[in-house]
Amino acid sequence: MDDERADGRGSTRAGFGVLLVAIKREPWIFTLSTLGSVLFGALTVADAWVLGWSTDHVVLPAFESGEVGSGSLVAILGLFLGVAILRAVGIVARRLGAGIMQYRMQASTRRAVTRQYLSLPMEWHQRHPTGELLSNANSDVEAAWGPIAPLPMAVGTVAMMVIAVAQMLLADLVLAAVGLLVFPAVIAVNVIYQQRSQGWMTRAQQLRGEVSEIAHESFDGAMVVKTLGREPEETARFAAKAQELRDVNIRVGRIRAAFDPALAALPGLGVLFVLAVGVSRVLSGATDAGDVVTVAYLLTIVSFPIRSIGWLLGEFPRSVVGYRRVRSVLGATGEMPYGDRRAVRGDAGARLDVESLGYRYDPDQPLLEDLAFSVEPGRTVALVGATASGKSTLTTLLTRLVDPDRGAVAVDGVDLRELAPGELAATVSIVPQTAFLFDDTVRGNITLGADVSDADVWAALRTAQADGFVAALPSGLDTQLGERGTSLSGGQRQRISLARALVRRPRLLILDDATSAVDPEVEARILAGLRESGSGSTLVVVAYRKATIGLADEVLHLEGGRIVDRGTHAELLGRSPSYARLVNAYEQEEVAT
Amino acid sequence: MSTVMDSGEEIGAIATIRRGVHFSPELKEGVWGTLALAVVASVGQVIVPIAVQQTLDRGLGRSGGPDVSFTVWMGVVAAFGLLVTSYASYAMTRRLFTTSERGLASLRIKAFRHVHDLPLLTQNTERRGALVSRVTSDVDQVSQFLVFGGLLFVVSIGQVLIATIVMLFYSWQLALVVWLCFAPLFASLRFFQRKLSDAYSVVRRQVGVMLSAISEPVVGAAVVRSYAVEARTQARIDEAIATHQQASTRAQGFTAFSFSLGGVSAGLANAGVLIVGIWLGFAGDITAGEVLAFAFLVTLFVGPVQMGTQILTDAQNAIAGWRRVIGILDTPADLVDPGPAGQVLPRGPIDVRFEDVEFAYPGGPPVLRDVTLDIEAGRRVAIVGETGSGKSTFAKLLTRLMDPSQGAVLLDGVDVREIGEVSLRRSVVLVPQEGFLFDDTLRANVRYGRLDATDDDIRASADELGLTDWLDGLPRGLDTRVGQRGESLSAGERQLVALLRAHLADPDLLVLDEATSAVDPQLEMRIGRALERLMGGRTSVTIAHRLSTAEGADEVVVVDQGRVVQRGHHSVLAAETGSVYANLHRSWVSQQGPALGG
Repeated sequence: MDDERADGRGSTRAGFGVLLVAIKREPWIFTLSTLGSVLFGALTVADAWVLGWSTDHVVLPAFESGEVGSGSLVAILGLFLGVAILRAVGIVARRLGAGIMQYRMQASTRRAVTRQYLSLPMEWHQRHPTGELLSNANSDVEAAWGPIAPLPMAVGTVAMMVIAVAQMLLADLVLAAVGLLVFPAVIAVNVIYQQRSQGWMTRAQQLRGEVSEIAHESFDGAMVVKTLGREPEETARFAAKAQELRDVNIRVGRIRAAFDPALAALPGLGVLFVLAVGVSRVLSGATDAGDVVTVAYLLTIVSFPIRSIGWLLGEFPRSVVGYRRVRSVLGATGEMPYGDRRAVRGDAGARLDVESLGYRYDPDQPLLEDLAFSVEPGRTVALVGATASGKSTLTTLLTRLVDPDRGAVAVDGVDLRELAPGELAATVSIVPQTAFLFDDTVRGNITLGADVSDADVWAALRTAQADGFVAALPSGLDTQLGERGTSLSGGQRQRISLARALVRRPRLLILDDATSAVDPEVEARILAGLRESGSGSTLVVVAYRKATIGLADEVLHLEGGRIVDRGTHAELLGRSPSYARLVNAYEQEEVAT
Repeated sequence: MSTVMDSGEEIGAIATIRRGVHFSPELKEGVWGTLALAVVASVGQVIVPIAVQQTLDRGLGRSGGPDVSFTVWMGVVAAFGLLVTSYASYAMTRRLFTTSERGLASLRIKAFRHVHDLPLLTQNTERRGALVSRVTSDVDQVSQFLVFGGLLFVVSIGQVLIATIVMLFYSWQLALVVWLCFAPLFASLRFFQRKLSDAYSVVRRQVGVMLSAISEPVVGAAVVRSYAVEARTQARIDEAIATHQQASTRAQGFTAFSFSLGGVSAGLANAGVLIVGIWLGFAGDITAGEVLAFAFLVTLFVGPVQMGTQILTDAQNAIAGWRRVIGILDTPADLVDPGPAGQVLPRGPIDVRFEDVEFAYPGGPPVLRDVTLDIEAGRRVAIVGETGSGKSTFAKLLTRLMDPSQGAVLLDGVDVREIGEVSLRRSVVLVPQEGFLFDDTLRANVRYGRLDATDDDIRASADELGLTDWLDGLPRGLDTRVGQRGESLSAGERQLVALLRAHLADPDLLVLDEATSAVDPQLEMRIGRALERLMGGRTSVTIAHRLSTAEGADEVVVVDQGRVVQRGHHSVLAAETGSVYANLHRSWVSQQGPALGG
């Protein structure tokens, strides 16, 4: 946090830097809203002028002469209303303009941030909790562009200030100099404010992220919380962070509470100071009273603009913090590089080659070491191994969710890293262990936007043994499944997820224990369907159940991230005691009892 | 049974504030003192310029040379006023920040707690992102309003009243003119507030939708990546972002327009005062000086009116956020804890009875019908049936995640609805299909089952479940970080943690929902043996998918299309040729077959 606690001036500069980004991106809207603000300022002055004009030209003559022309009355009405309406136009232009600019910046930043989420590698995602990423895309973006709202007002009033200052200088140089001491004082107050609040603001934004993280996780695990009756503990966990956020917000608020009145009081103090110096100058004959009045009056005029600039500066610390947090997402690197090679198309199975593959997530703990095997087109290979032997890690490498540290994976002889974006997905489909469903219809979840006929969707559902329950859903394929498919059971979600892969007719299909939550009877039908459809696709299956393993032409036995044996199921059963122990666990148990 | 989260959108603005204060009583703390400070601060804002004005006009600018002593005295008064005003304003804002943040923190915490108290069904109808936004950004919106709006609005109304009284004192006719000119504004205020309120409700709702859309590629990163559907996912997010942007811009348009109306009314009032003033002057009711003085009074009226409308306008966003948080608290927690009247289950194995139980999701056909079932204390029962047969509903009714539509579930002869929440959760533990883990250490996740468990207790449990070698095999042992949702562990390992957790919780009724899927057979058998020990001395109900579990049970209950069709021991049921169970069993055996033959 210490390095974030930049000095106040640095943070003011950074704040202007953030605004400059916005102005460069939206110059026209910015100009429009600033013009609106200037119009508003000018017409505020015009209002006083209209009152003066009406007094001199209509009201006083009318009272003196006892008569008034209807033209004069219309003129009063017209002038006042005209000024008021134009001023209203100014307000709408200023506020709507600022709003449009703010929301456009928010939207474009959110688009950029979410594009990063989609392009950054899996390792990056594993390091960043969901709640934090949601907070980056939401409250940090809001904080970053917060100062846009008061910006046009502040810029518009700067013009007013310049005019007032020029007039002050013309009236009396010495008094003007005294009055202008207000400005360094404003800067000093602002620097102190930025210095004091920056650290706390950073902490507050961090805590917002953490509060959102806890809420997200806790609601995600609502079922566990409920069934173990852990609501009080979860609430305590959330409350601890919420209360820390509260305390930090109160600290920020106290600093803000001192900043606003201090800034508002400065012009008043300046006026008093000018008066004090002015009186002595008038008495010594150095200046006349009229000039003192002018300077003092002008100084009161700039007091309001100074406040509106204060509002702008007050937003800076939070903005800078939010912007930095957003930048850290936007600046994250590690997108997967892609090549430009195209994958082979067609119905024939793909050939898979894995060459001396090595991968480790944790430097001390290799997950996969020196793996090598090939799968001929149309053949089926089963990956068998105990929990945590590296099977699932291998599937993430085969689908290029991560790149290997050593060695290579090649489909049809092409290294996965040389394929153009989207080419791999057109060839290889994976059905993961835990099915992830989108907040969409059944059809949307299966086609994922691809142009697939309903007949093909139904065919895939049939092979996945999901046609029965989908047909029974209230709106069939058009049924909304809800966020992450919560309305379905685990087995149903797995079968939708399987249909999603099948409908793509992948040339290489990878099943990562994809039917674990499905009833055996249903699973048997799925396996039969896969075999019958005989589409010729190459199949890699991670399996525990013998029926699944029995489908394979070759079995790779994994232990501790290495292939310890390979062959047909019968061969392995015959020669490898550890393999036999693994797959025969059920029978052995039965023999033992 | 209501299953939809209250959006809160029907609550009016005043009612929202009243309900909000009800839920955050801290907001009322010291409110009178703060109001007094607010009055001092806002009066001071008028007094200081007037003092300066007086100094300039009568002191320095006096015709015939400056009046030094007057200038000095007024200067002292102004300086003092400035000091008092600034201090009052500082003290007021400080107090407002303190009470608002305290009130909002407690609102946040209450809403969070209430989300957990909602029935599972209601929780599932609301998107996670939307729920999160209700306890985070929706609450944040309220803070600005409470500090820079709420009380100042009250002060503005006071200022408007005072200005009106002073105006009436000068000329009741002109005061009437001013009020008539503002009447359309006041009349349209309600209309605009409603428009604004609707517009901002849409905005707050869209924030929730947007967060949900953004959370998809974050949570489902692997699927999005492996299916190369980045473009489609981004398109969905972009749409949500664009909708939010449009809604926000639209609301801002209303805000700007409604705020600008005050200025037009002011212009009308100024013109009206002069015109009617001249007319009154002809009648001899008023002098030119009084008309001009009145014109200045109008500014005292206009200022607070504009301040008030601006606060009211800006408040709509805050109120929309506030409503959504209150909406959570207003959604009934259907599964009502009987509270102090709740019965406490005695320790020891539990006796279960289903009495004419029927369950249907709201608006749907019954998924369980006419279920009457007794499970003796200490028995091991497996519930078997095809996917969608209704067997998972058993688990949810037993653990009171849902209440039956008809009939009752009795534990030790007591209706579950009459058992105290703490006692129920202590005695009955569900191991769900996918054991959710928190992003913390293994130790913390296991201790979720029993918070005061020591490392020794955990080791003892692991020993009993035969998991010591697995635990020792982990490089960091109990300090292993499990990652988000436990994703650093394999699915099988996550289940081990869930089982350890359940073992530590030491329940009297253990409900397992497909807890044995996705574990390799070796591990599964090991757990199976451990579960035998775990089930010893307790009643257990297992929603079984692997018939090996059913084979080991004391009794098998077969569910088909929402009804119990068979019950008895595995060996008996499997022999009933043509029965549902016999068919399930045959397919299970044939599944094991091909590989064995090979």
